[in-house]
Formats: sequence, C-alpha cells, structure tokens
Amino acid sequence: MSGRNRKKEIFWKVMGYIRRYWVYLGVSIFMAAITVALTLYVPVLTGDAIDLIIDKGLVDFQGIMDILVKMAITVGATAAAQWLMNVCNNKMTYGIVRDIRDEAFRKVEKLPLKYIDSHSYGEVVSRVIADVDQFADGLLMGFTQLFTGVVTILGTLAVMLTIHLGITAVVVCITPVSFLVANFIAKKTYHMFKLQSETRGEQTAFIDEMVGNQRVVQAFGYEDKAMGRFDEINGRLQECSLKAIFFSSITNPATRFVNSLVYTGVGITGALLAIQGKISVGTLSCLLTYANQYTKPFNEISGVITELQNALACAGRIFELIEEEPQVPDAEDALELKDVKGNVALKDVSFSYVPDKKLIQGFHLQVKPGQRVAIVGPTGCGKTTIINLLMRFYDVDKGSIQVEGTDIRQITRKSLRTSYGMVLQETWLKAGTVRDNIAMGKPDASQEEIIAAAKAAHAHSFIKRMPKGYDTVITEDGGNLSQGQKQLLCITRVMLCQPDMLILDEATSSIDTRTELKIQNAFAKLMENRTSFIVAHRLSTIQEADIILVMKDGNIIEQGNHESLLAEDGFYAELYHSQFAC
Amino acid sequence: MRNLLVYLKRYKKETALAPLFKMLEASFELLIPLVMAQIIDRGIAQEDRGLIFQMCLIMISLGIIGLVCSITAQYFAAKAAVGFSAELKHSLFDHIQSLSFSEIDTIGTSTLITRMTSDVNQVQSGVNLVLRLFLRSPFIVLGAMVMAFTIDVKAAMVFAVTIPLLCVVVFGIMLISMPLYKKVQTLLDKILGITRENLTGARVVRAFNKEETEIERFMEGNESLTKMQMFVGRISALMNPVTYIIINGAAAALIWTGAWQVENGHITQGEVVALVNYMSQILVELIKLANLIITVTKAFACANRIEAVFETKPGLASASGSMPDEKMEPEEAVSFEHVSLIYQNAGEESLTDIHFKVRKGQTVGIIGGTGSGKSSIVHLIPRFYDAAAGSVKVNGIDVKEYPLEELREKIGMVMQKAVLFQGTVRENLLWGKEDATEEEMWRALEISQAKEFVETKEGKLDARIAQGGKNLSGGQKQRLTIARALIRKPQILILDDSASALDFATDAKLRKALREMEKELTVFIVSQRASSIQYADIIIVMDDGRIAGTGTHKELLENCGVYREIYDSQFQKEGRGQ
Repeated sequence: MSGRNRKKEIFWKVMGYIRRYWVYLGVSIFMAAITVALTLYVPVLTGDAIDLIIDKGLVDFQGIMDILVKMAITVGATAAAQWLMNVCNNKMTYGIVRDIRDEAFRKVEKLPLKYIDSHSYGEVVSRVIADVDQFADGLLMGFTQLFTGVVTILGTLAVMLTIHLGITAVVVCITPVSFLVANFIAKKTYHMFKLQSETRGEQTAFIDEMVGNQRVVQAFGYEDKAMGRFDEINGRLQECSLKAIFFSSITNPATRFVNSLVYTGVGITGALLAIQGKISVGTLSCLLTYANQYTKPFNEISGVITELQNALACAGRIFELIEEEPQVPDAEDALELKDVKGNVALKDVSFSYVPDKKLIQGFHLQVKPGQRVAIVGPTGCGKTTIINLLMRFYDVDKGSIQVEGTDIRQITRKSLRTSYGMVLQETWLKAGTVRDNIAMGKPDASQEEIIAAAKAAHAHSFIKRMPKGYDTVITEDGGNLSQGQKQLLCITRVMLCQPDMLILDEATSSIDTRTELKIQNAFAKLMENRTSFIVAHRLSTIQEADIILVMKDGNIIEQGNHESLLAEDGFYAELYHSQFAC
Repeated sequence: MRNLLVYLKRYKKETALAPLFKMLEASFELLIPLVMAQIIDRGIAQEDRGLIFQMCLIMISLGIIGLVCSITAQYFAAKAAVGFSAELKHSLFDHIQSLSFSEIDTIGTSTLITRMTSDVNQVQSGVNLVLRLFLRSPFIVLGAMVMAFTIDVKAAMVFAVTIPLLCVVVFGIMLISMPLYKKVQTLLDKILGITRENLTGARVVRAFNKEETEIERFMEGNESLTKMQMFVGRISALMNPVTYIIINGAAAALIWTGAWQVENGHITQGEVVALVNYMSQILVELIKLANLIITVTKAFACANRIEAVFETKPGLASASGSMPDEKMEPEEAVSFEHVSLIYQNAGEESLTDIHFKVRKGQTVGIIGGTGSGKSSIVHLIPRFYDAAAGSVKVNGIDVKEYPLEELREKIGMVMQKAVLFQGTVRENLLWGKEDATEEEMWRALEISQAKEFVETKEGKLDARIAQGGKNLSGGQKQRLTIARALIRKPQILILDDSASALDFATDAKLRKALREMEKELTVFIVSQRASSIQYADIIIVMDDGRIAGTGTHKELLENCGVYREIYDSQFQKEGRGQ
C-alpha cells in the first residue's frame, strides 16, 4: 500500500516539474489531438475516393481530384502538427531532465559529509547520471507514444462508431485480448528479468574488481582463474538473459496475431454487410485501415507502461537524493569571521560518527594565536576526526568549538572555512589545467603569485617540465601525476591563499623526505604567527609543536609538548622509541 | 561494428534462421491484402458468402503460421544476440587481461568497465533488433512493392519512386544523427566526471568554498548537453512527419493512377484497395523502423567504443613456447643491464641507464625522492612494463624470454596500494598459492605480522573481507597483502613502499621476520624511510631516474651526498639521540 502511495507521490512530483513547461505541454496535447483527428480523417477520404472508382468507365475523376486536394491539405497539416508535437515533447523532456539534474547536483554540494562518507560515489553518480537518463527516455517515450496512443484509440473508436456499430463491437471485443496476453507475459517474465539484472549486477561487480585491480591480477598470474570465474558468471547470465529476452519477445507476435484476428473479424463482418448493401466497399476499406490503426497503439502501450514504470522507479531514486536532508544551513544571524588571530577553543566536546560507538568525549583544548598543535597516534585512531570538527564538516554532539570566542555554529561556513588553509592526505585535483587547480582558492591570482607559491612548495620545477607548463591539463583524479606531485600541487594551492590558520593532514606523507625537508621550511614560514593543526605519523615533523595531542582508538589519551610527554613515559614515549628502534 | 560480427560465428545457424523465419512471417502478412482483394472483388461483388468464409479461414491460418514463424524467429534472434554478447564479453575480458599496464593506464579503468557492461548490453539489444526487425522492415517494404507489381505495373511505379525516396530520408536522418549521438555521450561523460569529482573531493570543494563555482560548472555542462540533446531530438523529430507526407502523397498518387487503370479496365476496385493497403503496410513498418533507429544508432556508437578497446594491442608479448633453461645455480637473482624506461605518452625517460646486480638471498633497499623512479625499477622485474633499452634478467635470463606466467610465478609482489578482494581472508590468501595449506597460511600471516589481528577476527581465516577491504584498516590491509605475496614462497619478494601504513614498530618486526626466513629469498624493499632499508645488503639510491649511488648504508653515508641528505632529513635531530 505504501509502495503505491510512494508511486503516487513520485508521480505528483514529476508533475510539479512538468508544470514549468505547461505551455509546451498544452501545445503538445493540442497538437496530438489535431494529429490524431487528421490522421483518422485520411482513411475516410481514401475510402470516399475508392467508392468513386467503381469499374471500367465508372470513374468520377473530378470527384477524386477534389478528394485528393483535401487529402493533401490534411496530410500537410498532420505532418506539421506532428513535428510541432515532437519538438514540444523534446523541449519539455530535456528541459525537465536538465532541471532535475541541476537540482540533484545542487543537493550534492549541500549534502552533509556524513552522507557522502557513507555512500559509495558510484551510487550517487549513477543516480545523477544513469537514473536521470533512464527517466528521460521513459518520459519522452511516454509523452510521444502513450499520449498519441490513447488519443488514437479513443478517436478511432469514436469514428468507427459513427461509421458502423456492429463492426465496432467486433473490434472492441477482440482487442482487449492482446492486452491480456501482453499482461500475462509481462507478469510471467518479471522474475526472469529480475534474475537477469541480479546476475548482471554480479558480473559488473566482478569486472569492477578484476579490471580495477589488473596490477594485482597480473602480478599473481590470476588471469586464467579470473577468466574461469568470469565465464561461469557469463554462462549463467547468458542462460537467464536468453529466457528473459525470448519470453518477453513473445508479446509482440502474440499481440500481432490478435490483431490479425481483429482484421479478419472486421473483414468478415464488413464483407457480409457489404453484400447486404449496408456499407460500401470504400467504407470497408476505411474500416480495415482503422482496425489496423486501432490495434497498433495497444501493442505499444504495454511496452510504454513498463517503460514508464521504470522511469518512475528511476525518478524515485533521484528524488530520494534530492530530498535527502541537507546539512544544517548557516544560522540566519551567523557572523562573518573577521580579523582572525588564531584563538581556537574546544570546550567539553563530545562526538561520535555512530551513536552507539563513543569516540571523543568531554574534550578540552585551548589554542592561542600562533601555536602549533600536532595530533599523533597510530593508523586509524581518529586523527582526522578533529579536522572534520574544526572545519565543521561534522557538527559536535555536545560542547562547542569556538574561534575568536564565537561558537563556529554561529559563524558562516564560508568565512570559517576561508580562514583555514587545508592540505589533506587524500589529494584531490579536478579536471582542468594546473593553473586552475592552484588558483582554486584565489581565482584572481596573478601569474607571478602562482609561480611564487609553486616555488615555495617546490612544485615549480616539475610543473615547468610538464608539456605545457602551468597550462597542462590534468585528467580526472590527476591520473597523469604521481602521488607526490599531486600533493605538491595541493600544497601550492594553500601556499597561494595565505590563510589565517592551517590544517595539515599528513600533508607530506607521499613526498620524499628530502623534498619534505625543503617544504617544511616553507611551511615553517607559513606557520609563523599562524595557528596550525598538524596530523602526522612521522614524529620528526611534529616535535616542535607547542601542543601534542596523542590519540588512540578515537580518544585523546595524552596531551602536552614533546619533552613533557617523553617525561610522562606513556604511549607517546612508546611510539617515539619504536620509530627509531630497529 | 563489422569487426565485432565475428562473435556471431558460433551462432551462424541462429543468425541465418532468425531473419529467415521473420521473412517467412512477413511473406504471409503480405498475402493478406491479396486475400482481402479476393473478398471484395469476388466475395462481395458476386455475393459469395462461402468464399468470404473460406477466405477468412485462410486469413486466420495465415495468422497462425505467422505466429509460429515469428516466435521461432524471436527465439533464434534472442539466442544469437545473447550468445553474441557472451562471446564478446569473454573476448573483451580476455583482451583486457592481456593488456599491459601502460595500455590500461592510457584507456582508464572506469571506461573499460562501462565498455564491458553497458556498451556490450547496448550492442546486444542492437543485434537482437537487427536480427528481428531490421531485415523484416526492408523485406516488407520491398515485398509490398513486388506484390504491387504483380497487381499492376503502372500503378506499382508509384512504389518504385516512393521507396528510394524513403530510403534517402531514413538513412539521411540516421547518418546525420549518429555522430550527434556520440557527441551527446561525450557531453554526458563530462558531467559524469564533474559529479564524481565533487563527491571524491567534497572536503576540498567545501574547504575552498567552491560550491557555487562547481554548481555553475555543472550547470554549464548540463546546459550544453541539453542543447545538444534538443538539437538531435529536433532532427529525429523530422522523421515521422516527413515519412508520413511521402507515404500519403504516394497513396494519393496511387488512387489517381489506380483510378485511370480502373477506367481503362486494367484493374479492379478491390485491387486498388489492395494497393492502398500495401502502402499503409509500408507506413507502419517505417514508423517501427524510425523508433528502432535510435536504438541501433546507439548500438553502433557503443560498438565503436568496444572496438577501440580491441584495437588497443597489448604492448607486451609473452614469450611463446616453454620455459627457457635456467642455468644451474646462477649467481645473480636479478640483474639490470643499462636499462632505461619510457612510459607511454611521456616524452622523457623515467629511468636512465640503470645497472646493478643482485645475488640470490640478498636484500636490496631502494630509496629516493618522489618520482625518482623507485617503483619503476621494481615494476620492470615482473615485466609490467618493457624496458626501452638494456635488459632486465632474472636468474640470468632476459625477462622477455620467459612466458609471463612463469616469470611472475617466481615473484611475490606487494604493491603500494593495498588491494584485497571481496571474499574471505582465506580466499585472498589463496590468490598467492592455489593449494596452500592452513599451516602455510598461518605461517605467512605470522611473518607478515597479521596473525595477531586475524586471530581476533570472527571466523579467523574465514572472516569476511568487504569489497576493496573497506572493513580493514590501512595497516591491516597491507599486512594481508604481504602475507598473500609470501604464501607462494617466491624466489623474489618485492615490497613496493608497502609498509607505509604500518607504524614503525610493526615495520621493524616485519623486516626482522623476513630476515629470518629461508636464505634463498631475494628481497626488494622500496621505501622512503631510511630506517626501513638501512640494514639491506645493497642500497640503491635513486635520484631523478638515475642511480645516485649503490652500496651499504655505511659506504653510502660516506660517499653519496643524496643518501646522506635523505638520512639526515629523517634523523637530523632525533638520530643523534640514538
């Protein structure tokens, strides 16, 4: 029941999008009606003309000429209306699709990171791209075919009724059979299609894993086994695809057979009536054409309905994304963060990603302007969590984080994030030129500024060696750069911005230590008089920090500076010694 | 498309029979107007009710025969299409597996995956449709014309003019829209890219407050996609009205000439009806054809994309034939002789004149800066890439002379990026050695320092690993990949910066365990940490694609500036404390 309600809900939402294009919709419906009416008129004309061709010497050429002129005008008008209808449908469909896509993408930018972190990228992408595409196909087909189909059926029925009641009754009685047949087959094949799509999904997952990790596959000589497993899935898919495709393809011949029954039925009753002189041969010819026209949309409609249902299902998936709870918007009276000196305070902060798995609890930290805070701990201990909170990628559960004495929830996200310069371990570059990527935080930066920043980050020399220097296009995910080079570009990006505070999350983990040492100098200069937060597992890079937070299993277990922590002889001391013992 | 047709070979019978039965069905369909003409001319004109019933029985039996033929055709078409796609996927998968890394790097993994899945599906439906309908429609069109000629040559001339005209229109629109559909696909790829980027880089986009700019960028891409779609749509929208005009114009011409022919006593009224019926049959077929053209056009575009993959030839040819004879007990496990390497699409050499020898059982440390070519060296040993000059030898034999499988069997490789596969711990370990015993597994886990955490997992060796190893930490994944390499008891073990996610204590324990293993194992350790390689028998220091120095830790400290710099950068202050 709720499934039906959901469908209704989706339907009305789609209608909401369509409303914006009501002019096109109106024109389209109007044109569809005209098209159908005129299309139906043509056989009448043809029939009339045939009645004027009786036998040798009994042909009324003048009458035929008149009819042919009428026919020409009708056909011309029909074609024009048809074209106009198609164009309107096109405009409407693609317009709606564009609107939905824009809205979906807008939502992607506003989704809380929690959503993005917990959903696979492929899934979201497939909603924005593939689902919308499917939806468009279904919608367009629905508009053009369902529409004219229904109008044709009704129109034909009406015209046939005016011509002859008995023959119409024959047609009306036989055609629903084709509908029943189609429905029966669709129901029977449903589970075959389901099995097919499941098997297909299995195959895609397998391909994804094997092709995505070809290096490992080849290094371990796993090709033959992979091929074997692939063939096994492929064989199963072949089998169930054959079943699904074959059984569903029976629909068409079956309904066509029903059509030929209708045709015969009309022929026989028509001929008998003609003998009795109740109808003319021309009328019979006209009725035969109608019988053909009338049954055709029935064949299509069953296809269109599955297509439309599919489209609605896709629309449902898109709306799920669009209706996803966005991040809490900035408070209305949110302040612009100005004159940042670097006072950051965490007061009694508690936070966890999942409610029943406690992470940070009752955490206090006071950072004065210009201080360096280092966060250390073994892999996976939750160092990045602190950054998620500072940047307000996630909100605290309890307590507050304050910058310059103001709770960050009272500050606009934009001004808060502008005041930090951030370099993450996971480097991220967008498709575009090297320059675009560096100037991301400062689009109006001059060439000199960019080069100066690149030099400071020791990226200038490798950029210069690229085919087109700063104008070299970087492919998606920075595929043509090494991990270290990508990181250097990300560092350059921050160097250019000269932010008020810094966050470095394993910023130099992929860079060799020699280059790192040089960058450290640049960082040191950048960090002068700037509050900075540094995450690292290399202890050498954090010894000079003013405050060191030692984390383990999501909790902060120790806090102090290098000397005091060593003196404490706790976890930090253990970490430190293990690094240099061999 | 043409080159892909070979995959229909095994389904020759089905491929031939499907259209044949389709045509048979169509032939019966073509007889119907003739039967109807009989009803009109003889049944009605002579008031012969018996004949009318007789003719109607004939029509019904024609319908039944048509139904049987059609279902048979559908079966053969489905069988051929599905078989075709299965064969195609098999070859495609095989081909992709044979590609070397440089080719896969160039094409890109994600496109390879879409090509293997959705593109093949599109081609499959294309083949199915072509077998079922693409032959049927022209057959009906031509058949209708032939039937028209049997009725009356003069009236049939109308068909002879109309049909070529229709062909021009249909194929013209197809030819114009085909490249445009390709453009639509490219534009779609572009906004797909933007969406992906914004998901993977959500943190950076937000940190730099780029949400609005990104939305604009997306909307721009979306707008040009929409425009292109509308443009293509407008062209395809012409198809129906234009064909409609032509057909009805032809029908009018038919009535006119038919009228003259009747007037002159050449044909009857019923035959005029039959002629008009043939014309409307053509119209119905054309409308069907028009709706199919989009599917077929898409299938063609997809077929081209698939062909592009097949056209990428694997750059590495595995030596055919049997294993070359290895010299008895050769001294060197691995030797590089003046090797240089150029990656595809890169102008400059990535490795220049690399020359060194490693004896069996030695441990080699390779250290150097980012992009200095450390990984490139070890990638040459299992022949992931081919050297541009010089030769790489394993056991004294050039790697190019080994069948690839034999060569890679000797090597245990642990990559920089720890990759595990969906399944259990056991299944992942079996990658290394198909018939490994439980004991061997635990031994490998012990050496790789993974035993401890695997033991705490529920199910131990049978603990589930999620896709991509998502449910394990980075360090755990790395340790498992090391175990996977060790279990095959390789002659050569390569650790390509594969301990980077391990903390220092575990890293040290791992190296200790490796040292205590059987003597024969030759180990390559690529690392940025001087501490990881400091005790190696030979240390190779890389700088900008060249060897900056080789020797032991002590020697290098004395006479290699680059090494000293690296070492000092890591041990500058705290090093003295030791």
